[in-house]
Formats: sequence, C-alpha cells, structure tokens
Amino acid sequence: MTSPTDTPQPPGRTPHRSAPRPGGETPLVPGASPRTPVPPEAREAPQGRPPAREARERSVAAERGPLAMEAVSLDKDFRLGRGEVLHAVRGVSFGLYRGAVVALVGESGSGKSTVARLLAGQEHPTGGSIRLDGEPVEVSSRRAFRQHKSKVQLVFQDPFSSLNPVHTVRYHLERPVKLHRGTRSADETAREVTALLEQVRLTPAGKFLPKFPHELSGGQRQRVSFARALAARPRVLLADEPVSMLDVSIRLEMLSLLDDLRRRFQLALLYITHDIASARYFADEVLVMYGGEIVERGPAEELTQSPAHPYTQLLVASAPDPDNLGSALRGGTAPGAAAAGRRPAGTGPAATGCPFSARCPLADDRCRTDDPPLRRVSAVRAAACWRLDVAAPGILAQSQGGGT
Amino acid sequence: MTEPVLEIKDFSVAYRTPSGDVRAATSVNLDLYAGEVVGLVGESGSGKSTLAYGACRLLRAPAVITGGSVRYRGRRTTEPMDIMELGTAQLRRLRWREIAIVFQSAMNALNPVLNVRDQILDAIHAHLRVSRDEAAAKAGSLLDLVGIPRSRLRAYPHELSGGMRQRVMIAMALATDPEVVIMDEPTTALDVVVQRDILAQIVELKERLGFSILFITHDLSLLLELADRIAVMYAGQLLEVGTAQQLQHSPVHPYTRGLLNSFPSLRGARRELAGIPGSPPDLHDPPPGCPFLPRCGYATQACTEIDMNLAPIAPASDPGHVTACPFVGPDTPAVQAIADQSATTETELAT
Repeated sequence: MTSPTDTPQPPGRTPHRSAPRPGGETPLVPGASPRTPVPPEAREAPQGRPPAREARERSVAAERGPLAMEAVSLDKDFRLGRGEVLHAVRGVSFGLYRGAVVALVGESGSGKSTVARLLAGQEHPTGGSIRLDGEPVEVSSRRAFRQHKSKVQLVFQDPFSSLNPVHTVRYHLERPVKLHRGTRSADETAREVTALLEQVRLTPAGKFLPKFPHELSGGQRQRVSFARALAARPRVLLADEPVSMLDVSIRLEMLSLLDDLRRRFQLALLYITHDIASARYFADEVLVMYGGEIVERGPAEELTQSPAHPYTQLLVASAPDPDNLGSALRGGTAPGAAAAGRRPAGTGPAATGCPFSARCPLADDRCRTDDPPLRRVSAVRAAACWRLDVAAPGILAQSQGGGT
Repeated sequence: MTEPVLEIKDFSVAYRTPSGDVRAATSVNLDLYAGEVVGLVGESGSGKSTLAYGACRLLRAPAVITGGSVRYRGRRTTEPMDIMELGTAQLRRLRWREIAIVFQSAMNALNPVLNVRDQILDAIHAHLRVSRDEAAAKAGSLLDLVGIPRSRLRAYPHELSGGMRQRVMIAMALATDPEVVIMDEPTTALDVVVQRDILAQIVELKERLGFSILFITHDLSLLLELADRIAVMYAGQLLEVGTAQQLQHSPVHPYTRGLLNSFPSLRGARRELAGIPGSPPDLHDPPPGCPFLPRCGYATQACTEIDMNLAPIAPASDPGHVTACPFVGPDTPAVQAIADQSATTETELAT
C-alpha cells in the first residue's frame, strides 16, 4: 500500500502560477498574496534529507483499509481580477482510505473547503492531480462529473440552505436514487428511499417522506443530507463541517451516525472542521491547514496531545478548556502560544515564506522568506516548520533518537 | 452589592399560534448581579433568546409576555424600575443606554449599506446628547477598545471578516456605556482562535468598564470557562443554576449531566461520551411534570407530578446551587441514558 506522498511528482509541473498576468503590478489583497514560488524539488526533498521514499511519514489512516482517493500536490488559484491571484490551496497531498476518517482542520479561509470542492470535482485544480482508485480523475464533461459524483459525495455545512425548501424529503432522495442506482420501478425506488432513511435513523420513514425541510429540526435535516449523499453509494464521503451548525448536544449523535455509516459502508471519510477537539475523537488522522497549505499531519490523538507546529499549538490552546476554569480568560492572558499568536484583527497568512510567519511567535528571517516544506518528524507525523527545534523539541528529539 | 442589577421573576412568554400557545418561557427566575457574567445555556428552541429579548420587551406579536416582572436597578437610575411597566419613551431610554444587546448574527445585524462609522454614530446620536465631534471621537475610541484599527471606520460590513464584524457589534453595544450587556451567541459562527480572542476581549472590557453580561449560548464548554454562574434552560424552563465550578464538578440535573457528557474535550484522557438521545419536546401542549422526562435516564412515575421549582440541592450546600429535579442529587450514581430507538447513540465514537 502506498502512502499518497510516495507518489512521484509529475515531471515538469509548476506548482505556483503566482506570476500576475501582464499589467498585474497592483498590490495584492491581504491574505491572498502569492508567495515566493518554491520549486517542487525543494518542497518535496528539502536539503539535508535523503530524497529516499522510505523516509516519508506514513498515514495512520492507511491501517484501516485500502487507498480510495488521493490528492497529489494539489494547487488551486483563483483569479480575482486586476492580475491578482488567490492561492487557495498549495501543494496539498494526502490519501483517503476505505473505512478511515481523515480530518482536515483549519480556520475559515484556510482552503479546507476548496480542497473538498476539488475532490468533489466541483472545481478544477490549477496544479497537481486527484486519483480515485488509482485512476486519475478528469472531470471534463457532465457525464464524467456524474460518474465522479456516484463515487464521491459531498455533505455541506448548512442543512438549512443545502436542502431545497420547496421539495419534500421524498423528492430529495428519489432523484439521486433513480439517477445513481438506476432503479426501474416506483416500488423499487420507494424501497431504496425507505432503506436510506432507516440507515440515517429517520424512522419511521413514512413519517418523514412527505415533510418539507422547514418541518425538520437541524439534526433531522442533516440526516437527510447524509441520506442523499449515500443514495449514490459513494466510496468517498466529503463532509464539510457537517455538525458546525448544529447544537452541541446533537453534534455527538451526528458524528456517531457518520462513524456508523463509515463502518457499515467502508466509506473513506474526509471530515472538515474547525473544531480540533472533535477531530481528536472522530478521526484517525488529522491534517492541519493554514493559508492553503498543510502545516502538520499525524495520528489524531498524538497530534492533538503534542502538537508540533506553532499553528497547531495555537489551535489547541484556543479550544475551550472546561477543566481549566476561567483561568486563561479571566487572567486576560491566554496560555503561551495562544497569547503570542494573537494577532491584530484581520492579519491573514503571510505573503512570503511560511504562511504562519505573520502570526508566529517563533518566526525568524528565514521563516519570512522561505516556505518550509512538510517534513517528516516521526514515522507517522510531519510538520512544515523551520523552527521545530524550538517549537517542539521533544517530538524532534524523539524522532531522531528513536529512529523511525 | 447585595441587590441584582437585573432581576427576572416568574417570567413567562408564550407565542400565540392558531393551534394554541407555545410556551417558550415558563416561570423563569434569574438574577444578574453587577460585574457578573451569567451564562444561559440551552439547545436551539429552548427559549433562551426569547427570555433575554422578552426581558427587554423586544418581542413582537405573536409573542406575548404572560406573566412575571423584570426589575432593573442601575447606577444611573435612582430607584428600581419594572421593565414590564415602562412606557415607550422610558423603554427607549432603557434600551441600549442601560441594557445593550449583541445580536447573534453580526452578518445580518449590521446594515450592509452603511459604513461602520455611520452605524456607530447613529447609535450614539440616538441615545446620547453629544456633539458631532464628540461622537466621532467616541466612534474612534470604540474601535480602539475592540482592537480594530481606526482606518477601518469607513469600511462597509462586507469588507470585514466575521471576527471583525462581531467586534464592531460589541463596540456598538458599548457605545453608550451600558450596565447590562446581553450577548446572544456572539461567537458561534467564528472559528476557535478568533472566538477565544473575542471572549478574552469581552472579559477584559467587562473588568475595565464594569458592566454585567448575560451570555447566551448552546456551548456549555465555553460557559464553564467564561461565566461566573450558569443557568441551564430546557423547553422554556430553568433546570439548574449554579456557579461554573458547581456545574463542572457536581452537576445535579440529569440534563446538565447529559450536556457535560456531550462534547469532546481536547485535554485529559479520552472519555466515553454519551450525548443526549432524543429531541426536545413540543411546547404546544407540554405534558405535566418535567419536560426532560422522555429523554431522562433517571425518570420515574413521580416525574410527571413535580412542579419544576428550583430548590437548593441539599441543606448543607451552597444556596446558590439550585435544581428543578427533586429526585437526583449530587450523590446519585450516573445511569446509562435511555436509548431512543430513532437515535441510538454509541458510547464511544472512534475506536
């Protein structure tokens, strides 16, 4: 089984198309600036490290099942006009494995939803490639898109706007069932739709079929979204903040439902969230994104308990901590990294060098000019940081001392 | 300070609908003392926003206040006033000047066609008698207060990030130096880092300016860290009130226990999470007794007959810690929540 990062680079690929179009000398929008292009070689095989593929970290999600989908050095740029380019996703590589949950964690604007849209075929990558069951994905026609959708489904954050208010639950499910399962008779369709509702525990199904979205609670609506996604019998499910809009008391139930569906259908699940605590409980592997790049990856428990990258440390320090009553908030100062990483409102990712360098308490001159590559720090972890010796001395010492 | 700034007594609100009254808040008693942060936690539809807006008489038909009083005692007012008795002009002086609200969704609460400066000036001129220069200076200093550069005064809401918009909302609420600030889910739409920044700022401003906060949220984990006291609301009624420490370490009401067992924590050992199976009751025609009964693992026949008064936990304990459940005490061992057929919750998520 290969880890996604083992995949050789397509030759001659230029990962960064940040050069503005002619006449594009205008200042770049904050938080959306291109950064010094890093040649692929520098990114993939930084100096001082053998380029050997054995030295790559492996994904813990791979222990669950075979590789279903992988992203290889994905880039996505958006042209904003006037020659400005937003580099929403830069050099992102990871794999999704059958029966495993990979969490993509980051703040709004970090590019995590763009990654989901790229995998779902709703956007075309500017660079890099997507593979599904080993085959490159080319969503070039409506037909290809439909075929892709039958294998890769997306669940959206907002169950209030992702369901059509003028249609019933039955309509929302019958369409994809007919389309993707090719049911012939009305009876067959009805049976499949009922089974779907039962799978997401909306029972008795007959009670929910004639309902309109406004007659359902937020949790029930999200269950309908799950059922709709399952109608296509996908092997990959991309869940973009599936519980963020729901009450805390309902979130757990929804995550356990997702987990149950993952197990039952051997789904390869990408769980996108800004709540790193839920990723700890729910995911096998966590990828942390900042400024369009993956800055750290590793097993969920290990990464959340001993974060290596300063940004991950900030995320962890910012999560509500009921066991630490009031101290951090009351004292007016957040613990170490959080206080240091506090930025003036509106500070986006840095324009050059490490995207986090504008907020990072440890940033030095090198961080501000050179973008650190994602480097292996243990057999199963990697982080993109020049200052790991200071940020996470323990983790680094462990990996060097203990070998792989 | 012995007397509360805001004293909500036996307060009830109903929504009149063709199919009968929906009892959104029923006989709620809640006090807010000067300089205090009181958290009001509950699921959506539990009536927490209705309670807060009702207390300021901000509800419109079909909402009807069906009973109770809300007493306000401010430093600037000579004697306590019952908000329920005030006339339009008096209400106008009370709102914003004495009690300000930070609304839930900053995206919708700000006017998209006015820039930040004009919106703040509007609020200042509507409630304070100041010159234009003074008002302009005040607008600038309000942005300083919440850490937004003054250069953004001319910005329109769509040009600001979610966190900045929320900060503008807080700045506007503080424009008239109110004594009570009601915050309705002020950080729910924001991500954790920004959320923490804003909460820290709210606490710091509270210390500096000395107002009291009624903080409404569905996220109990947030309140445990932020609030002095927490009131747990369910189906329009308060089920438990206590300090953050009391709720954290000795939660009594089964619903509170369920809430505490619902969110994954980043720190400490991995716990088994149980959640709360089932869904809140229909408030159209609630059955007698405890509204949490159908979802409660401790439920007995007697639960249909209790009157839902908040009573101290035990004679020896702190009188401030009260619960509506007469059967479950701090020493009652935890039981497995009853599993609803339609929503079986697995005890642990990832294996």
